[in-house]
Amino acid sequence: MFYQWVKKIVLIMALTMPFYVQPSYAQINVFACEPEWAALARALGGDAVKVTSATTAMQDPHHIQARPSLIAKMRRADLLVCTGADLEVAWLPLLLRKSGNARVQPGQTGYFMAADYISLLEKPTVLDRSLGDIHAAGNPHFHLDPSRIALIATALADRLAKVDSANELHYQTNLQTFNQHWQQSIENWKHRSQSLRGKRVVVSHNSWVYLESWLGLHQVATLEPKPGIPASSTHLSSVLGKIQQHPADMLLHASYQSDKSVVWLSKKTAIPIVALALSPSEGESLIIWFDKVIHQLLSVN
Amino acid sequence: MRKAFPMAVVAAALLFSESGFADSDMQTLQQQVDALKKDYEQRIAALETRLLKAETKVNTQTLEVKSARTSTITSNSFNPAVSVILNGRYANFDNDPDDYELPGFSLGGESGLGSQGFSLGESELAFSANIDDKFYGKATIGLHNDGGSTEVDLEEAFIQTLGLGNGLTLKAGRFFSAIGYLNEQHTHTWDFADAPLIYRGLFGDQLKNDGVQISYIAPTEMFLQFGAEIMSGSSFPGGGEDNGIGASTVFANIGGDIGIEHSWQLGLSHWQANDIEGRTSGGHSHGNVGTEETPSFDGSSEINALDLVYKWAPNGNPSNQNFKFQFEYFDRQEDGGITMLNSGPPLEASSYDGDQQGWYAQTVYQFKPQWRVGLRYDELDSDNSGSDADVLAEAGLDNEGLKPKRFSAMLEWLPSEFSRIRLQYNRDESYEQADDQLFLQYTMSLGSHGAHQY
Repeated sequence: MFYQWVKKIVLIMALTMPFYVQPSYAQINVFACEPEWAALARALGGDAVKVTSATTAMQDPHHIQARPSLIAKMRRADLLVCTGADLEVAWLPLLLRKSGNARVQPGQTGYFMAADYISLLEKPTVLDRSLGDIHAAGNPHFHLDPSRIALIATALADRLAKVDSANELHYQTNLQTFNQHWQQSIENWKHRSQSLRGKRVVVSHNSWVYLESWLGLHQVATLEPKPGIPASSTHLSSVLGKIQQHPADMLLHASYQSDKSVVWLSKKTAIPIVALALSPSEGESLIIWFDKVIHQLLSVN
Repeated sequence: MRKAFPMAVVAAALLFSESGFADSDMQTLQQQVDALKKDYEQRIAALETRLLKAETKVNTQTLEVKSARTSTITSNSFNPAVSVILNGRYANFDNDPDDYELPGFSLGGESGLGSQGFSLGESELAFSANIDDKFYGKATIGLHNDGGSTEVDLEEAFIQTLGLGNGLTLKAGRFFSAIGYLNEQHTHTWDFADAPLIYRGLFGDQLKNDGVQISYIAPTEMFLQFGAEIMSGSSFPGGGEDNGIGASTVFANIGGDIGIEHSWQLGLSHWQANDIEGRTSGGHSHGNVGTEETPSFDGSSEINALDLVYKWAPNGNPSNQNFKFQFEYFDRQEDGGITMLNSGPPLEASSYDGDQQGWYAQTVYQFKPQWRVGLRYDELDSDNSGSDADVLAEAGLDNEGLKPKRFSAMLEWLPSEFSRIRLQYNRDESYEQADDQLFLQYTMSLGSHGAHQY
């Protein structure tokens, strides 16, 4: 009886095949690991690319499950755009191995790791897991630095042109437009954020070093005792003691993280909380997202 | 500007041309002009691209941040990823674990409850790496204690193609079969300290074998996977090593997301061994196999399985909170004969028509970043028949009018991604005498960061 059932299901699957088999388009499929790279690929690719992001701004890019839908997307990808530097180590290698897609394997033209084109901050000198979930290559949250984004944009436009040489001119034109807007925006942000220089911040996870070094913020404490380890009450009270001695101007945390400890600390110290989106939301451009980040940081002053 | 030059050429051509030109000459000229135009357009496009690139380069060079390849190469960089899994547990059983049986199922392989009190679970040593741009390889060595001595077991040793293209992947060597859902996952990634009863009854906890596997992923929006395995079939629940191909598997998986928060996967699989010869079972009787009466099965065996997994996480972000539901159903039909080795003379034997089913359902809920709770329910059923009921009873294949059941609950504390401490309680009604079982278990992983299967 069971066997007949199996046969029936296989038959149904075969009959409904036309409904879920998508026709192929001339557009190239870009698989972005994080929304920032999806936004960049959209800006540079325009109509020539079809971009999907594996994660949203509300998801922790360290801990994503290798879901069936992601394997299916990887299977069809022409270009993979990710952060690299081990940020996606818990899920990306598995997706790649399961995809059976030759185009996006490491070393292929379709494999683009942004970390390969910039320098990283906080490269640890000692690798020991007692220090928490540290990244051997350095801090991978570099998309919060506009000048690094500019370097990556150039490299990505080149890569798009390699993957899809018929549209090379299109990608270069888009890159130039992007660069113009980006440089203007950087000037604008620099100008607007003058008052943020030297502000003292407390962060929940160490995801903001690039933003801090760009805007001249001064990080005085981290709520996670070690990267990836949730704050314990003893650690929180030691942070509280530190802040009471040397007050901070704001508490920074990523909107996907639990806000329990920052809320607790804010109540104790009356320091305002700034919940920043670590990545652009769906369909949001990088410029709009950075604008929002600056706006949020300024609004607490 | 781009068209100005060819236009001028055409205009000039028209100006200087006399009306005396023949039509054919006109055409030739027209073609030449077109070719010229095309050629210039291409050259101009190329020049524009070069110009853009040059401008971009200048722009980026003014930036302060230097681009640098981050990878430094040392002689150790190419070493495979190494990880060690350390496992230990304290178990408390009300009944003697040596009395354990599963009526209607002949236990084989690794099945059994393990020992009472403190014991070292299986320690695992795994090496994996991309071999080159075409292959990936992995070897897992299991070390476990058995009656005072340490046994070494080659759990996995396989190579796998990397991006063969068109969604195809080939695997060869020793690997866990793709039958069911849980079977492909290592025991240390399981959500409970012990295997589901049906895995214990059919596979001796887990089905692994030597052979080849091919799998295909369709280029569809929805996840659609088909695959097949051909295996030597020499290990339980196969048996008999006289021919090269002893068992085969076919499997299909379908899955996807529902919105951002929900995901699912449904799988169907079928395993078959047509010529099993001398599959012995009867627990993990070490040392005294030579003298004890041991049931041995000859014949054919067929397993059909259905599995369903559903996961939920708020905003699709599983790191703080998540929920998982998992269900699997297995049905095994066997046809052949049972011989009791070391019995008689004459040897006791019976024909055997096996009919065994079982399922389990479990849910796991991570309610805080470091805490998980889980519930599981197991149920088995069998209706085996044969020419000599006494022989079947002796082989453990008589269901004794029972449907083995088990209820389990667990609580886990995960200090980090790399460590886990688990407390589990089982109300085990596998056989007549119900057993209360308690486990306190630690599982820690050292070394490289393993990837988590769905």
